[in-house]
Amino acid sequence: MADSGLIKVFGILVWRDLLLALRRRAQIMNPLMFFVIVVTLFPLGIGPEPNLLQTLAPGVIWVAALLAAMLSLESIFHSDFEDGSLEQLLLIPHPLSVTVLAKAAAHWLTTGLPLLFLAPLLAVLLHLPNEAIRVLVLSLVLGTPVLSLIGAIGVALTVGLRRGGVLLSLLVLPLYIPVLIFAAGAVDNAAGGLPVTAHLSILGALLAFTLSLSPWAAAAALRISVE
Amino acid sequence: MKAILARSAQPPAHDITMSFPLVDPPAAPCAASPSVLEAVGLECIRSDRVLFTDLHLAVRSGQLLQVEGPNGAGKTSLLRILCGLAAPTQGEVRWQGQAIRRVWQQFMTDTAYIGHHHGIKGDLTPAENLRIARALGRPQPDVTIDDALYQVGLEDFSDVPARILSAGQKRRVALSRLLATQARLWILDEPLAALDVKGIGLVEEMLSEHLRRGGMAVVTTHQPLALGHGQLTRLSLA
Repeated sequence: MADSGLIKVFGILVWRDLLLALRRRAQIMNPLMFFVIVVTLFPLGIGPEPNLLQTLAPGVIWVAALLAAMLSLESIFHSDFEDGSLEQLLLIPHPLSVTVLAKAAAHWLTTGLPLLFLAPLLAVLLHLPNEAIRVLVLSLVLGTPVLSLIGAIGVALTVGLRRGGVLLSLLVLPLYIPVLIFAAGAVDNAAGGLPVTAHLSILGALLAFTLSLSPWAAAAALRISVE
Repeated sequence: MKAILARSAQPPAHDITMSFPLVDPPAAPCAASPSVLEAVGLECIRSDRVLFTDLHLAVRSGQLLQVEGPNGAGKTSLLRILCGLAAPTQGEVRWQGQAIRRVWQQFMTDTAYIGHHHGIKGDLTPAENLRIARALGRPQPDVTIDDALYQVGLEDFSDVPARILSAGQKRRVALSRLLATQARLWILDEPLAALDVKGIGLVEEMLSEHLRRGGMAVVTTHQPLALGHGQLTRLSLA
């Protein structure tokens, strides 16, 4: 199969998932609303102390982003599993890893990408300095795709189970921890005027690692789940 | 429990096909013959129950294999194994003489499967569902999406969300996928479920035409199929 064929298939699959997401706007809005609500509740809960908020901000934003991603993970494969589309996707004459990568990409476009625009606004609310906001956005650019990619493996493993939700969080959350540590660490360093290159490099490495491995892992998991 | 392969004793008839169940020896592997789906020594065990064991079958161009058997006999399991969705406990499925995993891409290009869940997205319109199926498979060049929907009697529903369609209409959308893409092997799990009398006639017509063009099909159904063309073979799972 020529490379252009694979790119075309990738494009069609992403377009398909985006179209489906567009038809179900509530499903996209849910995790985003959750993200906004969690972050805005913090200042109300702990008081308007700028220094305290600034210290907490990186962790709060990243924990909220992580949980928002968790909330929307099941949408990657679940509805396709229920209506039989997943079987059809398994039976197309193209590598399953391309399908998985396209579905993870569509998930990121609907849940990760909007966070890049929401997070700076919320960061202002939490008194993060400008330099830290820039690093926050960078950390989200590198970190949120990792959440979608790792999540795809978890959902692929649990999609056949009737109550896979709890198992999914148990499987996926430990794998999210490195992202949380290095991303929040980078923003924290930036707020304190410290160098951030090391943290961002590790995030980039995590992204490269999951990007190259997770499509194959998730494809193998899907085959087992659908069987 | 041993599955019995019954095969028609008649050569391909072109007007009326009758089938006489006969106990048949295991089909000999025939690697040279083109367009053949073979299963060799299949065994399927589901939750400690042997559904079938040492099952041999072969479907060639212009042949239809009708899988029969009581509920829970393993008809769906067999179909899922034949199309590669599930792996048999033992044995192997071959497409044109080669294990399907080794010729996966070719096998998938040649195969269309419609299962219990027909894989229609309720949030998309029938036309969009077909467009995606065509883009991901091998489109039938002389059949447009509108043609395919017209043939299954859904021309008036091409741009409504598929979720508002009735069960029978959704089944028809799934069937239109067979018309809009070109696959030599159709694997259909209860294609007549939820269809009305006209719908059943439509499926029979589609199958006859498919077999006439040299296609092949594996179908599970409890109802007798009246085919104008092709050779009907019965396989009873007991």
